[in-house]
This record gives sequence, C-alpha cells and structure tokens, in this order.
Amino acid sequence: MKQELIIAGFGGQGVLSTGKILAYSGMLQGYEVSWLPSYGPEMRGGTANVTVVVSDQPVSSPIVQMCDTIIVLNQQSLDKFEQNVRPGGNLIYDTNGITHHPTRKDINIYTINATEECAKMGNARLFNTMILGGYLKVCPIVDMEYVKVGLKKSLPERAWKTLPANEQAIVHGGEIITLVHKAE
Amino acid sequence: MGEVKLMKGNEVIAEAAIRCGADGYFGYPITPQSEVMETLMERKPWETTGMVVVQAESEVSSINMVYGGAACGKKVMTSSSSPGISLMCEGLTYLAGAELPCVVVNVTRGGPGLGTIQPAQSDYFQAVKGGGHGDYKVIVLAPASVQEMHDFVFDAFDLAFKYRNPVMILSDGVIGQMMEKVELAEQRPRWTDEEIVKMHSSWACTGKTADREGNIVTSLELDPYAQEQFNYKIFEKYARCEQEDVRFEEYMCDDADYLIVAFGSSARICKATIAQARAEGYKVGLIRPITLWPFPSKKIAEVAKRTKGVLVAELNMGQMVDDVRLAVNGAVPVEHYGRTGGAVYTPDQVYEALKNKIIK
Repeated sequence: MKQELIIAGFGGQGVLSTGKILAYSGMLQGYEVSWLPSYGPEMRGGTANVTVVVSDQPVSSPIVQMCDTIIVLNQQSLDKFEQNVRPGGNLIYDTNGITHHPTRKDINIYTINATEECAKMGNARLFNTMILGGYLKVCPIVDMEYVKVGLKKSLPERAWKTLPANEQAIVHGGEIITLVHKAE
Repeated sequence: MGEVKLMKGNEVIAEAAIRCGADGYFGYPITPQSEVMETLMERKPWETTGMVVVQAESEVSSINMVYGGAACGKKVMTSSSSPGISLMCEGLTYLAGAELPCVVVNVTRGGPGLGTIQPAQSDYFQAVKGGGHGDYKVIVLAPASVQEMHDFVFDAFDLAFKYRNPVMILSDGVIGQMMEKVELAEQRPRWTDEEIVKMHSSWACTGKTADREGNIVTSLELDPYAQEQFNYKIFEKYARCEQEDVRFEEYMCDDADYLIVAFGSSARICKATIAQARAEGYKVGLIRPITLWPFPSKKIAEVAKRTKGVLVAELNMGQMVDDVRLAVNGAVPVEHYGRTGGAVYTPDQVYEALKNKIIK
C-alpha cells in the first residue's frame, strides 16, 4: 500500500493540519509516513500545500511529482495541480469559488461542498476535517479509530473540546463527497 | 523502544539536544530552521535539565557564546541557515584553532547572498572546507531523515568531544521542515561539574586548582614554527578521523551498472529514481555519504570502478561532484545533475538526467 497525495489551498484553510492528521493517523496504524509542507512568506490568504506519503514500506522520496490523489481547495491550486494526478488517480475539490472546472478524462473527479455544509452547520472551522472525511471515503487507507487519535494528537490541548464536532465532520464529509467523473 | 512521535526535523534537533544532555543552545532565528529555538523555548529545558537557551542578538554573538561554553568543557550548540552560518564562520575557525568541541546545525537554504528560504545543498563547499580561514577541518554529518536529525545530534557531540573540534550537521529545508516518525532517546543527564573536571580539566577552563597549571584557551600563536607544529598536530587528529569515522550508506550497489552519489534529502529522492530505473531494467545503485568530511572516497572509488558511470545529484551547481571525481580519479565518467536556488528536483527529473548523461 502506498498513497502519495498533495493537499493545496489558501493558507488558513487548514491544508497543513489536514495533512498532519492524516500522517499522524497513518503512523499510528503502523504505516511509514512523510509530511512535507510548502513553506514560504505566505500566511493566511496566500497559497499553501503539503505532500503526504503513507506507505507500508519506508518512504523514499518525500517529494512527489505525480500523485495518487490531489485535494484542491481553491482555483489557483486546481489550475496548478490538475496535471499532477496519475492517470486513474483521484482529484477531489470543493466547488466553492471554482469557475474553471477540471477537464481531464483519465482521472476520477470528486466534488465535496464542504464550505457550504460548514456554513449550514454554523462552524467554518470544521472545513478541513470534512475534507479529510471525504478523502477517507474515497481512499480508506486509515481506520477511523486511528483517525480519531491522530486528530487528537494533531490538535493542541485547548482545542480538544472541538473533537466531537470534528469527528462528526469527518463522518459527514464521507457522506457528501460525490463522484462526478469516472476515469476513462 | 523509546517514545515515538510525528515531528518536524527542526523540532527534533531541539528535542535531541535536550535529551542528549546538552548544556546550552545559543541561536538567532532564521527560516527555515526557526523551529529549533521555538521548540526549545516551548520545552523550557532550563526548568528540567538545567540546559541554557539564549536568543543572542546575532549569529556572530551566538557562535561566540558557543565558544565560551565550549571553553568551559560544556556541551554547547547552535543552529542557523546559510546566511547565518556565513556569519558564524569566523567563530568556527577560532573554535577549531582553539580545539574546542561544539555542534553547529545548518538547515541550508538557497543562495548566494540572502537568497531564498527554500531547500538547497549549496553550502557543501562551505561546510566541508570548514567555512573560515586557515588550515582546519569541520566534521560534517548529513542527515537524510527526521530520525537521523535526532540521532546525529548525539553522534555529533560524541565526535566533537572525541576530536575536540566543531562538528556540523548539514541539513536542508526539506529535512528541517518535513514531519516523519521519530523514535526519541531516553533523557540523559547533563554532565555534573565534577564529571566535567574529571574528563576535561586537561584543557577546559574548569577552575584552576593548586595541583595543575592554568589552561589557556586561545587560537592566537605569535611564533610561526609553533603554529606549524600545532597545525601538524590537529592534522594528525584529522587523519585519525579519516581512518575511524567515515560513514556512508550503500544502497543496491552489489549488481549496479550505474551509480548515483547523493547526500541528505537528495539521496531520498534518488532512491525513488532507482526504483523507477530498476523497474525499467537499469541496475542503478546509490552511495549516500553520511560524513561529507571525512568523505567516503575509498568506498566510492571501489564501487564506481565496477560501474559504467556515476551521476552526482545535488541541489547546487556542482560541489560534491568535485570530491567524487577526485575519488573516482578518471576510472569511469562522473557527471553532475543539480537544481539550485531553492528549486528541488523530483525523482523523474533525476531519472531523465541519469538517462541523458550516464545511461545514454
């Protein structure tokens, strides 16, 4: 088993922490993992991305060109990373704010309207865990029991009161993710 | 088994410093290594082990605080990134000239000048040539994983005290910023004053007693012949280091027709390249120098001569390739592939270079 993925979006959307929760969960389940952020002067509002590798073998390169899955959370990231999905791989995106949709036919394309759902639930901060839930529905590489621990380990203690809401968001993400195009 | 955590390379440097019983860290923030001091400040080791952590007013000040701590026989260290390391090079040659042990971590970024904040390996020359002026060497360890960031802090202090010489951990923005699984060592106690006197009173400023001469820690010598004798002496030490402490990793070299030599993060990327190449029937092996000085010249020469050619992949315009060419000494072609300025190649790009330059 080896999953190489990139998560990309605006700084502040929880891109890096989504990757961290996944990496932590994978490690707890006994996999080898790596988490490599793009780092730069950008903070909130700038672009951010993270490369996560989860594998049953030691991770050789933490730098990946073609990914099994790419999760994009804004238009810039979609434009930049659509080409980096392996043929037959998965592209997951939130349609909020997207005007130019993906065009590739050789990959699976999923949408997840997490921005809208979070707004309905009245808590925009559940956005990234909902996205993670969507991803785990498509690629169930880590069991929920480890995801829960990974989530807790990734959050500072002062945020532990939000754990139940985040766990619920992960489950809901799995319910709302939709396959819009199957790889040809 | 020790405590297992998911941590950034930079955080692990701090954690390992505390756990190996270091006495002091003196630093100044710079991307991409600022998490080293941030982690130390969060961990507050002065409340537990008694380790001192100081944010100095500059890198020049940090390295001279290191000099002061080292002169007292303490386990002291600093960390920085490329431009900051340049500022410390005067201190490094003084430390080597005074035969003082210390650990310096460089989380390299793109240069020259202030350059970029993205990963690079363009400080290879600076590190292995010592950085400062005069005849001296710095022992250089190049970690390729977060686990090695941890382990090499322990190893670096061992080597620093074995040879009474600065040891550098030459990392880069990939290894510093990356999170991986790491197994942390048990907390070791700091040396007590009595232990330091017992081990280091022959050279360190541990407080002069009536039964011995005072120790003078200096790198100044006004008599050229005495300086010459001193230089011969430290180079005997370096010759011993070349005999006893060369380290490298050999990966799939037994049947290799082609060889890649790469260090640190590049070696990780090249392992993925090798998987691609072998899937297409090309037998490629890797030598990863772990000590960049002393350099594993003998091993590289021995493996290279069994192959048809060597590619040196490094995130610079061609630095370690010089040492590989000296080692191989014309036996087979040696080519360089690099990206520079903070750009990082992917396994595919290294594979393309391997096909274009070596396999043909």
